Amino acid sequence: MITFSNVSKTYNNHEVLRDISFKIEPKEFVSLVGRSGAGKSTLVRLLIGEDKPTKGRIVFGPYEINKLQGHELPEVRRRMGIIFQDFKLLPKKTAYENVVFAMEVAGRSEEDIDEAAPQSLELVGLGKKMRNYVHELSGGERQRVAIARAMVNQPDVIIADEPTGNLDPVNTWGIINLLLKINELGTTVVLATHNKDIVNQLEHRVISLDDGMVIRDEDKGKYILT
Amino acid sequence: MFTTLARIIKYGFQNFWRNGLVSFATILVLLLAVIVFQGMMLFGEIGRQAINAVQDKIDISVYFVSNAPEDEILKLKEALLTLSEVKSVDYISKEEALELFRERHADDPTISQAIEELEENPLRASLNIKAQDPNQYSLIAGFLEGDASQNIIQEVSYSQNQVVIDRLAKVLSLSRRIGVLLTLVCATVAIIISFNTILLAIYSNKEEIAIMRLVGASNAFIRGPYIIVGIVYGIIAVLAAMIIMAPFIYAASPYISVFITDMNLWGFFLGSFFKFLGYNLLFGVGIGVISSVIVIRKYLEI
Repeated sequence: MITFSNVSKTYNNHEVLRDISFKIEPKEFVSLVGRSGAGKSTLVRLLIGEDKPTKGRIVFGPYEINKLQGHELPEVRRRMGIIFQDFKLLPKKTAYENVVFAMEVAGRSEEDIDEAAPQSLELVGLGKKMRNYVHELSGGERQRVAIARAMVNQPDVIIADEPTGNLDPVNTWGIINLLLKINELGTTVVLATHNKDIVNQLEHRVISLDDGMVIRDEDKGKYILT
Repeated sequence: MFTTLARIIKYGFQNFWRNGLVSFATILVLLLAVIVFQGMMLFGEIGRQAINAVQDKIDISVYFVSNAPEDEILKLKEALLTLSEVKSVDYISKEEALELFRERHADDPTISQAIEELEENPLRASLNIKAQDPNQYSLIAGFLEGDASQNIIQEVSYSQNQVVIDRLAKVLSLSRRIGVLLTLVCATVAIIISFNTILLAIYSNKEEIAIMRLVGASNAFIRGPYIIVGIVYGIIAVLAAMIIMAPFIYAASPYISVFITDMNLWGFFLGSFFKFLGYNLLFGVGIGVISSVIVIRKYLEI
C-alpha cells in the first residue's frame, strides 16, 4: 500500500532523511518513532505530498507521490485521513462543519453527508458537541473532531503526526484507542510519535528513525533508539 | 458540477458573514475606489461638456462684398460642407444680419436711430463656419484662400483671430490629455489600494487555505468562495457608492449648469444610469475578483 524506496531529503545541504526504504501493507498499524528532529515529520510531509523527496520513490496505492503535480494532490489526499498535533481544524466552523467540509470537497452527496457526518462525530464521542465552534472545544475534543474528519471519507490510510503531543494522558489514550478501533475496522494507520509509553503498550510494528535513517523496523517492536 | 458550484457559493457567503470585520473594512476601501471611479466618470463628462461649450464658441466668419450674388455664396457653402473638417456652415444674409443687429442694439436708441437713417443696408452677408476640431480652422482658412470665390470674399475672420484660436486649440488638446492622465493615475491608485486590502484579507486566511488543501480540497473549491466574496464586495461597494453619490450629483447639478449652460449633470446621471451602473460594477467587481484570483494563486502553489 505504501512504499518508500531509497528516499532522501535535503534542506540547505543538510540531509534530513537518508536512503529510507520500507513497505506498509494494508490494515497494518505502524508506529514511526524517533527523537525530535529524527525526520518523522519530514517523512510524513513527503508521504502526504506536502514536499517532494530529493531522491527516491514514494508509492501510495496506484499513485507515485513524488511525481504528482499540484492539481493531482487533492484526489490522493481524499484517500488519506491526516491528523496533526495542532489539529488543523477550520477555526471559523463548527465541529460538524469541519467534518462536512471534508465530505463536500470529496464530492459526497447531501444524503451521504446527512448520514455519515453525525455518525462519525458520534463515534468519536462528540455527538452532543457537534454544533460547537472549534474554539469552544478542549484540546482532546478538537483532536477527536480531526479524527472524525479524517475517517469520514473512509480513507485507505490514516496518517497521524504526533496526534497526542498537545494532550494530557487521559485524552492521549482516548485518541490512541480511537486509532486502534479505526485500524480494527480495516484502515491502515501510520502513527508518528515520540511517546515511549504508547509505543511500548501498543505492541504493533515500529519503525525507528534516528538522524534521518531507519535504524530498526520490527513487528511488535518497542521504543528503542540506541 | 451543480452541487459543487452550490457548495462554493454557500462557502463564499459563509466566509463573507463570518469574517464580518474584514469584509466591512474591505468594502469600505473598495467603496472609496468606486467613488473615485464615479468621480472620474462625472468629471470626464463635465470636462467633455465644458470643452464642447468652448469649442462651440469658436468659429470663423467669411464676409462677402456687398454685391456678392447669393447663389455664389450658397455654392461656397455647399463646397465647404463637403469638407470632412467642417461641422456646420450657417449662411447669414445681409437682411438677416441687419435684423440681428437691430435686435442686439434694441436698447440703444442712438445706434437704432443711426441705422434707420441710412438708406442702404451697410451690413454684409456672411458664412459662419464651425470645424469638427479647433485644430482644423487653419485648414478651412487655407481652403477659402485657394477657392475660386476669392473675388466675392471681402474678409475672413480667421487671420485676425488666428493666434487666439490656435492657442485655444492647444489648451483644449492639453486639457484632454491631462484628463486622461488624471483618470489613469486615480484608477491605478484605487486599484492598488483595493488589491492590497483584499491581499491582506486573504492573507489572514492562509492557515485555513493550507488546511483545506490538506483535507483534499481542489484548487477550484478553495479559490471559488474567495471569488464569490470578491463579487459580493464589489456589488455592495458599487450600490453603496451609487446611494452616497446620487444626492451629491443632484445638489451639484444646478451649480454646474451656471458654468456650463447646456450641462445637466443630474439628467446625465439618470439618463445613463444603467450604463453608469454597468461600468461601476465592471470596475468594482473586476477589482474584487481579479485581486482575489491573483492573491489566492500564491497560496495554491506547491
